[in-house]
Amino acid sequence: MSTGLIYACSGALLFGCGVAGTVLLKHLLRRILAFNVMGSGVFLILVGLAQRHGEADPVPQAMVLTGIVVAVAATALAVALLRRLAVPAGTGSSADA
Amino acid sequence: MNSAQALPLAVLASSLVPGLIIFALPQEQVMLRSLLNLAGAVVKLVLIVVMLFGVRAGATYGFNHEVIPGLELAFKMDALALLFVTLSAGLWLLTTVYAIGYLEGSPHRSRFFGFFSLCVTATIGIAMAANLFTFFVFYELLTLATYPLVVHRGTPAALRGGNIYLGYTLLGGALVLTGIISVRSLGGPIEFTPGGTLAHLGEGHAGQLRVAFVLLVAGIGVKAALVPLHGWLPHAMVAPAPVSALLHAVAVVKAGAFGIVRVVYEVFGVEFAQMLGVLQPLAWVAALTIIWGSLRALTQDELKRRLAFSTVSQVSYIILGVAMFGPAGTVGGLVHLVHQGIMKITLFFCAGNYAETLGVHKVSGMNGVGRRMPATSVAFSIAALGMMGAPLTAGAVSKHWLNMGADAAGLYWVPWVLFASSALNAAYFLPILYRAWLLRPPPAWPQEQIAAIGWRETAWLLLLPPLITGLATLGAGVFAGFEMSPLAWARLIAAREYMQVTP
Amino acid sequence: MPEWAAAPAAWLILIPLLWATLAFLFGPRWGGRFALFGITVQSLCAMQLVAALDSGVTQVLPVGGWSAPLGIELHVDGLAALMLLLTQVVALPLMLYTRAWLGAADRAAGYVWPLCGFMLAALHALFLAADLFNVYVALELLGLCAVALVAGDGKPQQLRAALHYLLVSLLAAAAYLLGVALFYAAYGTVSIATLVAVMDAQPPFAVVLAGTLMLVGLMAKTALFPFHFWLPPAHGSAPAPASALLSALVVKASFYVILRLRLTVFAEGDLTLDWLLAGCGGAAILYGSWRAFRCAELKMLIAYSTVAQLGYLFLIFPLLDTRELALAAAALQMVAHALAKAALFAAAGIVLVATGRDSVAALAALAGRLPVTWFAFGLAAVTLMGLPPSGGFLAKWLLIDAAVAGEYWLMVGLIISGGLLGAAYLFRILKRAFAPQASAAVLKPVPRIMEWMAFLLAAASVVIGIEATAIVEILGLVGST
Repeated sequence: MSTGLIYACSGALLFGCGVAGTVLLKHLLRRILAFNVMGSGVFLILVGLAQRHGEADPVPQAMVLTGIVVAVAATALAVALLRRLAVPAGTGSSADA
Repeated sequence: MNSAQALPLAVLASSLVPGLIIFALPQEQVMLRSLLNLAGAVVKLVLIVVMLFGVRAGATYGFNHEVIPGLELAFKMDALALLFVTLSAGLWLLTTVYAIGYLEGSPHRSRFFGFFSLCVTATIGIAMAANLFTFFVFYELLTLATYPLVVHRGTPAALRGGNIYLGYTLLGGALVLTGIISVRSLGGPIEFTPGGTLAHLGEGHAGQLRVAFVLLVAGIGVKAALVPLHGWLPHAMVAPAPVSALLHAVAVVKAGAFGIVRVVYEVFGVEFAQMLGVLQPLAWVAALTIIWGSLRALTQDELKRRLAFSTVSQVSYIILGVAMFGPAGTVGGLVHLVHQGIMKITLFFCAGNYAETLGVHKVSGMNGVGRRMPATSVAFSIAALGMMGAPLTAGAVSKHWLNMGADAAGLYWVPWVLFASSALNAAYFLPILYRAWLLRPPPAWPQEQIAAIGWRETAWLLLLPPLITGLATLGAGVFAGFEMSPLAWARLIAAREYMQVTP
Repeated sequence: MPEWAAAPAAWLILIPLLWATLAFLFGPRWGGRFALFGITVQSLCAMQLVAALDSGVTQVLPVGGWSAPLGIELHVDGLAALMLLLTQVVALPLMLYTRAWLGAADRAAGYVWPLCGFMLAALHALFLAADLFNVYVALELLGLCAVALVAGDGKPQQLRAALHYLLVSLLAAAAYLLGVALFYAAYGTVSIATLVAVMDAQPPFAVVLAGTLMLVGLMAKTALFPFHFWLPPAHGSAPAPASALLSALVVKASFYVILRLRLTVFAEGDLTLDWLLAGCGGAAILYGSWRAFRCAELKMLIAYSTVAQLGYLFLIFPLLDTRELALAAAALQMVAHALAKAALFAAAGIVLVATGRDSVAALAALAGRLPVTWFAFGLAAVTLMGLPPSGGFLAKWLLIDAAVAGEYWLMVGLIISGGLLGAAYLFRILKRAFAPQASAAVLKPVPRIMEWMAFLLAAASVVIGIEATAIVEILGLVGST
């Protein structure tokens, strides 16, 4: 098993965990964190699978960089929304949503 | 664009453009609004008269507009279209005059007259449609344009009537659409052609063609109020009187009857339809409708509802005529398209006059109205006698040709149906005439709103339209042999549809 | 000047980015002016793009002179040009509307202009994208802007809807990105044009998985039944102008991607999958209409109507054999629905401003008043019901034609009954216009411009039902019926 494949497999595992978390968890903050785990999984797969020819491929690296920027922005927005929601309500739970 | 294309377009525009302007006019602009309305109606009539002479001389009018490549809004002004357009435009002018008088001082008149004009535009579009696509577009537009008129008063009863009206007509529209689809799925063209555009398909697709026929006729039959699809019509009576007149004589019901004429003659072709064996059942449905409508009319005490059921019955004369194979039946049906319109609109104008002037809405309250409103009652009487088929009236001409048609088609039960219908008509109209002329008026009318001044029994704008149409009822009967009479036109059309000499 | 810098396509992405940034820096007072000026220029660009179209040919534009795989390419074809033009046609009246709305509703809401600008940039980038990864970036940017717009005034229900929308959107985008990764792993490229050339007739499992992941992600973003659950709360609670933009344009963007991929990379198609999509579309029509019929809130009703109307778009997939008909139907449905839905939400916003209430019953207070708004409601409703003459009707007519050509009678029945259901829920709105005039309920004054913009959009949705040749020509389809 090549290094690339190991990366990819762990990425898939992380992605699975992340999806499960985003869908199943109740607490909104946890769901946001789960989304980040999911994103990392995708990035790992992208980097891992792209190395199959044994040499570094710049295109997936560039994609992952872009992806990370997007993920950071999305997380920031999510947290900002959550904060606005939680401050008056005093809770981060989406049980009442 | 030459005049052969411009004229039909102008006929459409002559009600569409005033309608759109009227929507934008503020409520208080009574003069300008009335002027626009009447100018539009007069211009339309003039244009139509020009085309009447043109078509009789053999000219053709029409224009096409490509919606997307391969699909056209196509219009043609042939003899059949002209028959309907002339009726609609003429009665529209009178109804507009009447409506101006009727709605004086009531709210939302801009909205009312705007949709009124749209309604007539849609009717003209139906008349001039040269393919099923165009027909369907205007058929649905008519539904949309009449809904606001039906619910105009905004009362719970009106809204309910509107719901029922929509339910029936939109379902009808869906049926028509399905019918058009099934025609198209046979690869058939959808252009209206004298002699039938589907006739060339032969009997190979008989089953599917019959289904298509039933779908189309049932869908259009909703507007024509064929039993058992007539349920909306009595409920739509909540609308103001000019709207009822419009629905019954000028636009909706007529558009339905006219649509069936087009489907039978120019989609299937009357000879092909006869071969498919679909005409006979259509005749049965029409006969059933004639009898059922008359029976229901007997028991209605509310004048407008009685008239509504009478319409259900009378419109099916047209369909019966169409369904009887043979030129004479065609002539009878087509001429009744005009005659029924003139007579029924007279009755509705008069009913509106009784209600507006004296507050009389019910047959049981009509005792002695003939003495208080003699002119209106004379018009009413003429039209009612016409409906029964009395000599010298338009109704007699229709019945004569229908009987001849039945004879030619070998349908020996039809004269009995017509006779029974006349008897029933007499049974529900004669008591009204008896009450109106021979019984004593009550000491005071329930709601006398317009006082009589000498000879003027009610407002002029209300009185003139029924007098004119009442006279026309007589005229169409007495001068039926005249060159431009409805009868002469009906014979011209029959000649063109059968491709042979009319009797 | 290098060749790419003269191309309107590149400017279509740059201009909204530019005015959005300026709007952010100079605040809301200037933001509206920047937006209007920017969209006017964009409209000119879009028109130039359409004029320069070469029927059936895809124009390729390497941005910055760098070609693929390292550079970013923009592709312009008929479908893209049509969507770009549609975006301007919908956005310009809505921006005018928004300016008046901000004044009427006394809102500071300075964020609106930058968000709209970035959103339009994302939309344009998406329509012009030539590779799968650019689509991803555009989708994410679009999603983030849309979520922020939903959050609107920061009311709890808006925040909650926005957060849920964001999570769905992120999840969907991640699934899509995973698909892109698998594509890259399998073929070493994400360029759509290159993929078309190298796709196998029997793709390996990884590619099937990739396609499935991307499709699921995009379906969730398009709010196709059964992924529709996020849409009604989001579009129903967002501020009216935002709802209009979202329902009219944003949900169509992800549909556009599905359609584009189906026509290029997955041109082979898969019958089961096509019917699955059509089935979901059919269910969306029935379910969305039913929920709309039961809705008490006006904007929620309109949002459920969006769920239903999106269903029609997915009916075309099994019909793509009759390519031109089905494509013309989809394009017309997109255009007609975008215009009509923008008009409906705009009109609902007017009701909200005038009465302060968002319920169908509150409409009765407007009976006999605000006629322009009522006509906007009426015309838009005609389009959505698919009654003639309107763009919605023409779309359905073409769709039925395509279904008849394939002899899919069930679908024909579905389309026709969908129209009747549409009439059932839309006349719930329209009949309030005729209610007896409410005594003297005091209405807040509504700026005329808001009313007229709603009317303009609604009228446009009807007019394209009579004059649609241009749309077919832009698409590059000739003789479609």
